[in-house]
Amino acid sequence: MFKVKVYVTLRESVLDPQGTAVKSSLHSMNYNEVADVRIGKYMELTIEKTERDIEEVVNELCTRLLANPVIEDYRYEIEESVVQ
Amino acid sequence: MRFAVIVFPGSNCDVDMFHAIKDELGEEVEYVWHDSENLDSFDGILLPGGFSYGDYLRSGAIARFSNVMKQVVKAAEAGKPVLGICNGFQILLESGLLPGAMRRNESLQFICQTVQLKVENKNTMFTSQYNQDEVIRIPIAHGEGNYYCDADTLKCLTDNNQIVFTYDNNPNGSVANIAGITNERGNVLGMMPHPERAVDELLGSADGLKLFQSIVKNWREAHVVNA
Repeated sequence: MFKVKVYVTLRESVLDPQGTAVKSSLHSMNYNEVADVRIGKYMELTIEKTERDIEEVVNELCTRLLANPVIEDYRYEIEESVVQ
Repeated sequence: MRFAVIVFPGSNCDVDMFHAIKDELGEEVEYVWHDSENLDSFDGILLPGGFSYGDYLRSGAIARFSNVMKQVVKAAEAGKPVLGICNGFQILLESGLLPGAMRRNESLQFICQTVQLKVENKNTMFTSQYNQDEVIRIPIAHGEGNYYCDADTLKCLTDNNQIVFTYDNNPNGSVANIAGITNERGNVLGMMPHPERAVDELLGSADGLKLFQSIVKNWREAHVVNA
């Protein structure tokens, strides 16, 4: 089995209104050192072993559904776990 | 003319759409469930507003993979009119039938009000009954109507006259005040405002009715002898 952690964020060129709102809230709490906040999504997938390359599968899932490439970027981490 | 109102789990403007077509426009209309395999008998396809599949992941992202969407793509390729309103517009963007994507409103607030739109292009099968630059009053109700596309896409939309409606006072932060766009061919229209909720003065405005009348008139001229 693979444990896959997928992070989806708005692309740098796309304004993130949620992040901007949270940043101004942090500033109003006097955390003025916070220069920027970007809000994204975190997903955990459990994927069974297949004959296909796991990276290929994950990239396909991300580009087809989990992220919208028009406005979002994604990255992922893959952990292999041994099931008894 | 025979319309299909596609119903996804979570659609909630399907009844308004049905009422607009049947009672105000006086045309044939049927609800079609999201797993339908065949839309061949319909002349026009309507994707209503709501929260398909709970808007989980992103608005419209899951609906785009429902069975019926293969048929909607087929209908669009055949040149049939396809109209997506609000969540329907988001589904058309996710499915790639229209370019761009939706972000949350700039204010982060859900906005529910009647707004003024300008008819930017009256030469489409959806707007021929309006005057060029006519200002109309149509309600909006959305949290994610902040249309985004990159500069190249915006140039294409502008050059091909695909921007059909713009907001007078941009309520959500949309690029270039965009409220509605068509595909290049002009038979797929997506818009955030709800013309189906503005089909009778009793509702506060009847300005949406001309959009549906345009579709019917253009279809009759193309398909019915002596229309």
